[in-house]
Amino acid sequence: MSLRSNLGRVKGLGSAKQGVHHWRVQRLSALALIPLSLWFVTALMGLVTAPHSAVVAWLAQPHITVLLLALVTALFWHAQLGLQVVIEDYIHRPGRQIAAQLVVRAGAILGALAALVAILKISLGIS
Amino acid sequence: MSPVKPLSPHLQIYRPQLTSVLSITHRITGIALSIGTCVLLYWLLSVAAGPEQYAKAQTVLRCWLVRVALIGWTWAFFYHLCNGIRHLFWDAGYGFALGTAYKSGYAVLVASVIFTGLIWACVVSQQGAPL
Ligand code: HEM
Repeated sequence: MSLRSNLGRVKGLGSAKQGVHHWRVQRLSALALIPLSLWFVTALMGLVTAPHSAVVAWLAQPHITVLLLALVTALFWHAQLGLQVVIEDYIHRPGRQIAAQLVVRAGAILGALAALVAILKISLGIS
Repeated sequence: MSPVKPLSPHLQIYRPQLTSVLSITHRITGIALSIGTCVLLYWLLSVAAGPEQYAKAQTVLRCWLVRVALIGWTWAFFYHLCNGIRHLFWDAGYGFALGTAYKSGYAVLVASVIFTGLIWACVVSQQGAPL
């Protein structure tokens, strides 16, 4: 038995073939987040009572800067891809759906850029 | 034009089970964590803004309301992380047997609570006060 509706069969519409890429990036970002987020949370435990100068000194080490940039990129990417699916599942009116996707995407991109600039600013000693 | 499609039963007629509750919890924690990234951003921006702004952020992050949110966020993080690993095993084709799905589900719950406890025990032991 075919699961396609009569209308669907007539129109001959298939998927846009974008799903596999989305799925793959969502899993890849999840895989990257396992070590990165665990490292960050444990690293934070060493900064609980640290003064500003110590936080800056920690962050400015090249390998820490690189790991933080990677964490922020994977994090915002993963969150945006995840929220996209949630919106697709619950918001069905086309106009609202597109508006919600745009807001989440813009928020994720702006948030990611702000975080990346902040990390670079601290790391390069620009004040 | 009447599509003869098999429909899955409506959500309301299902009795909640551990597996279904854990599944929706993954989604809820994912949304909560996405909101939580704003806190990470706030922290990074405060470090970049200099010692005074950072001191201000420290006070904000230590007020009890934010503290409670942070503890909840810590649990959401460990839950989503552990359950995410469970998801990735499923994606690779492992762990589908009903017994295994229940066992891994309980393991995720226990692990998330233990990790959250460890993190906050570590914070409290350094700050000398719970809140
Ligand atoms: C800490 C920051 C994280 C945020 C903000 C976040 C956010 C999200 C969101 C919003 C979703 C969509 C939920 C849904 O569709 O039901 C999601 C799904 C997912 N997350 Fe995360 N996540 C984070 C960390 C992780 C980590 C560390 C892993 C690694 C194991 C992970 C693994 C997954 C997987 C596998 C899915 C897809 C689940 C499915 O197929 O329904 N996430 N995440």
